[in-house]
Amino acid sequence: MSERKVIDARGSFCPGPLMELIGWMKMAAVGDELELLSTDKGSASDVPEWVNKVGHQFIGTREEAGVWHITVKKAK
Amino acid sequence: MEPNKISIVVVSGAFERLQMAAMVASVGAVSGNEVRVFLSMNAMPFFLRGDQKLPPAEGPFGTLMSGKNVPAFRSLFENAVELGDAKVYPCSMAMDVMGIEREALEPYLSEPMGLTKFLHDVRNSQVWSF
Repeated sequence: MSERKVIDARGSFCPGPLMELIGWMKMAAVGDELELLSTDKGSASDVPEWVNKVGHQFIGTREEAGVWHITVKKAK
Repeated sequence: MEPNKISIVVVSGAFERLQMAAMVASVGAVSGNEVRVFLSMNAMPFFLRGDQKLPPAEGPFGTLMSGKNVPAFRSLFENAVELGDAKVYPCSMAMDVMGIEREALEPYLSEPMGLTKFLHDVRNSQVWSF
């Protein structure tokens, strides 16, 4: 069964949120979902780029009151 | 697919330049590139083991960054080495001039390197300098 881990990187600037996500991805199991919270707009596009580049699965992004919620799934 | 090679020469001791070099290294490394960093000149004193001194801003953006929660450049270089394929080489000449040994430097740095080897290593690489 997969777990969803929430990574709170609010208040941190690029590339902080991406690095935090990657650190957690390394520890996650294949199939795990991670939700990154970021107030940094740049990260909202950086993360999907990175996910596509390295071959994980981008689930989606939504923005709520200035906070981006970016969900990715570890695919390998 | 063969990774791209990104080489970064860092000689500046200015906040903005160290920060940018760290950003290129870290984002480059986690994106599947082979990143090789060469540290020398005014950058060297900022990589002494355990020394957290802040590099001076060289312009208004540095001052702006100081008031914000931007990731520390040292953490980003460490991220590059730990999360991706990056190596950070201290310049052997700069170490000689400063009179220091490898133990005086941050543990995530690789062995000292000279220009002869570095220039050979970067011959087919994208080269950035700060």
